[in-house]
Amino acid sequence: MPLTDQTRVDAESIVARYPAGHGRSALLPMLHLVQAEEGYVSPAGVALCADVLGITKAEVAGVATFYTMYKRRPVGQHIVSVCTNTLCGLVGGDEIYARVSEQLGVGHNETTDGEGTPLTLEHAECLAACDYAPVVTVDYEFFDNQTVDGALQIVESLQRGEKPTPTRGAPLTDFRATERLLAGFPDPRPDASTAPTAGTPTLAGLAHAGTSATTVPATPAAED
Amino acid sequence: MPTTPMLTARWAEKDSWLLSTYERLGGYDGLRKALTEMTPDEVIAEVKASSLRGRGGAGFPTGMKWSFIPQGTEGQGAKPHYLVVNADESEPGTCRDVPLMLADPHALLEGIAIACYAVRAKEAFIYVRGEVPHVVRRLHAAVAEAYAAGYFGTDVLGSGVDINVVVHAGAGAYICGEETALLDSLEGYRGQPRLKPPFPATHGLYGCPTVVNNVGTLASVPPIITGGAAAFAGIGPEKSPGTSIYSLSGRVTRPGQYEAPMGTTLRELLEMAGGIREGHELKFWTPGGSSTPMFTQEHLDVPLDFDSVAAAGSLNGTSALMVFDDSDCVVRATLKWTEFYAHESCGKCTPCREGTYWMVQILERLEHGTGTDEDLDTLLDTCDNINGRSFCALGDGATSPIVSSIQYFRDEYVAHRTHGGCPLAADQPVLAGAH
Ligand SMILES: Cc1cc2nc3c(=O)[nH]c(=O)nc-3n(C[C@H](O)[C@H](O)[C@H](O)COP(=O)(O)O)c2cc1C
Ligand code: SF4
Ligand code: FES
Repeated sequence: MPLTDQTRVDAESIVARYPAGHGRSALLPMLHLVQAEEGYVSPAGVALCADVLGITKAEVAGVATFYTMYKRRPVGQHIVSVCTNTLCGLVGGDEIYARVSEQLGVGHNETTDGEGTPLTLEHAECLAACDYAPVVTVDYEFFDNQTVDGALQIVESLQRGEKPTPTRGAPLTDFRATERLLAGFPDPRPDASTAPTAGTPTLAGLAHAGTSATTVPATPAAED
Repeated sequence: MPTTPMLTARWAEKDSWLLSTYERLGGYDGLRKALTEMTPDEVIAEVKASSLRGRGGAGFPTGMKWSFIPQGTEGQGAKPHYLVVNADESEPGTCRDVPLMLADPHALLEGIAIACYAVRAKEAFIYVRGEVPHVVRRLHAAVAEAYAAGYFGTDVLGSGVDINVVVHAGAGAYICGEETALLDSLEGYRGQPRLKPPFPATHGLYGCPTVVNNVGTLASVPPIITGGAAAFAGIGPEKSPGTSIYSLSGRVTRPGQYEAPMGTTLRELLEMAGGIREGHELKFWTPGGSSTPMFTQEHLDVPLDFDSVAAAGSLNGTSALMVFDDSDCVVRATLKWTEFYAHESCGKCTPCREGTYWMVQILERLEHGTGTDEDLDTLLDTCDNINGRSFCALGDGATSPIVSSIQYFRDEYVAHRTHGGCPLAADQPVLAGAH
């Protein structure tokens, strides 16, 4: 999808969020916006950022290449990230990554080009969900406590054009819609922000607190 | 003693993230009290008196940090002041700020409003890691609710104070959790640490006085204002009071978030979490994320607070307890952590950029049983040249798993060589060199 006049309007609205004279703060969200439109940080997107901010394309590219989430090649409709940091990796994440990679026939940061909906695979660093390890995300929505079979089913379902339901987070859309959200434009779906989020591990301490009397002493604040 | 969690208290409520739920449970009373009954300096004094220490890892006293912000009409004091919320949560093992922002975003927002009032900042930025879009949704919705209710915006609750809040998503870079790298990133640059001094307190965002605080730190502030500093200071150890959300992950029966007073031990936490999984024994664990030297069985009774953990040779860090058992290979774990640091090194300084690269090569050899007698010494020597000699704490952290695992499990490294490979996990794929 080519960049449009609306893209520029959106980019300028990002600049307006920051204090006058500090528009460059908009660069990271603007690069997310570029990915929302183009599926990656395209040369046209780099040029747009440079033009709106009055900096050089080299400066924009220098920033874009620093961050893992900015992709140099077009991402498929969905991005599948498998956490292979130590904790997830040891409890099954490495095996999940290896088997999904084999199944899709692609490696890290590569995109399927055969039958079905195109998917990009990556292995990710710790996703702040270690209590749900091993963790897989699709368009960065959590699919917790995965197994090899579960992860293979997710990617097969995605390839058939379906949208499996994340265990925590909003119903799936696609990579580009997530990138628009990260650019700072609220999710337009009315119920998107209310999808459930607290699984068993999130509430494990509270569940324990309900059944024993030995954890936290009372504080006045909590007695209100 | 009754069980009353403070930070997690609302997490199990229906629609816990809504403003109506938060207000029903006393939410924003702290902000109201601060604005109507206290001067900004009194708020700072109260937070100082609570002895709250930052939850982002370093444990710096929060009230003191706020008091360093220059005020007045001259010099730096006359410039705009900023509050920057560190919601980058990327330290391996750390997973408590994300559930907090998902379940109870208004606790953070109320803390932000109180902090802005105290340090006289009109503008706050929440820098949240990019890989958690649902957190971004929750923050967007909660910030909009808070504006509509008059907790943010111009003339907050009729006090004459203005507070504006911007949610800003990062883009995948662990180093952007380091506060000065975060500021560079927020200014639209590569996230590389700045030379300190000057500190952010005087020269932070856009060269102006800036407080950088962790999510959990700020969420701890409203109960201090409503309940008083003395009550907060009365929980847990005198020098590290309050509660902590301990994150237990890995080989425990019930992984998850366990709020308990600072100074709780792993033995006590394991009791809550149902112990190590059936049929296995505890082998090694981190007290505060991968950058904190690992502990073993010997350390089950170390009180997990800033001072006690330091006295036992590690760091309290982020209270991220990654727990491994007798089926886990410590060399493999160390290799994977080291790959993480090599991938996330920002490249600014030589010891970290080059050192992490070489340490991965050596650890790969060792894990695959092709290491040499000298490799362990070379590793330790490399760590020696990184620790204390690199530009920021990422480099120091990268040496923690290596030095501590060799300290406690040298035999297991040697066994890899004599066995010609991993004696424990030989059949498992290791994703080495893929980063
Ligand atoms: C490599 C590195 C990563 C860090 N990541 C985080 C992080 O994700 N979140 C955080 O709050 N602090 C992080 N810190 C600590 C911050 O630099 C800083 O100390 C903290 O945000 C201060 O807040 P506090 O005083 O409320 O703890 C990191 C530090 C380093 C060196
Ligand atoms: S220690 Fe590593 S992360 Fe920190 S400045 Fe040096 S190269 Fe960058
Ligand atoms: S190690 Fe996978 S989410 Fe933390």
